[in-house]
Amino acid sequence: MALALDIASWACLVIGTVFALIGAVGIVRLPDVYSRMHGAGMIDTLGAALILLGLILQSEHWLVAAKLVLIGVFLFFTSPTTTFALARAALNAGVKPLITAGKARGAAASDSTEGGGPSSS
Amino acid sequence: MFVEASLALILMMALTLWRAFKGPTVYDRILAVNSFGTLTVLLIAVFGFLTARPEFLDIALVYALINFIGTIAVCKYVTFAHLGGPLPGEWEDI
Repeated sequence: MALALDIASWACLVIGTVFALIGAVGIVRLPDVYSRMHGAGMIDTLGAALILLGLILQSEHWLVAAKLVLIGVFLFFTSPTTTFALARAALNAGVKPLITAGKARGAAASDSTEGGGPSSS
Repeated sequence: MFVEASLALILMMALTLWRAFKGPTVYDRILAVNSFGTLTVLLIAVFGFLTARPEFLDIALVYALINFIGTIAVCKYVTFAHLGGPLPGEWEDI
């Protein structure tokens, strides 16, 4: 039983870490601020949830698990609020989303000025 | 396994910090600092389990609260240039 809990906790920690790592790479690599919010959302939802779930499976006292659940619930409520406020502030300040609608993918990649970053499709 | 998770979280914090330094607009920096705060919450929680001291979870909870309030305050300050209530006519163009 303890071994099964350890294996499940280890799997949750590894998968959550991989998701959060993909989100962090997305924050660095994606071309504009609105698409970078996607990477931040991956860190805040699946990355944080799976890491906290892995820690819950390791906790020995119910109060520790309750605090971890509280942290998770709080992150789940604050992350969309923060992203919404940030997107509204950016739109209100005149930051244009990077749109290449109507172009072929190769043409969008060739005239992208983002210095090697992936173009939005 | 907590050591590996901590090292991976520190690597992600370095990545988001790089975006916070480099970001072209101020909103990239706010986004990167917000993600940095979330990763700090996770790192504090994992570090509490690493050192077998669950009291760190209280600090992680308070850090999550401060991170949210701070990000909203910085967004509001960047948009309105003050932190008070809305001035007359200020919300009309939003």
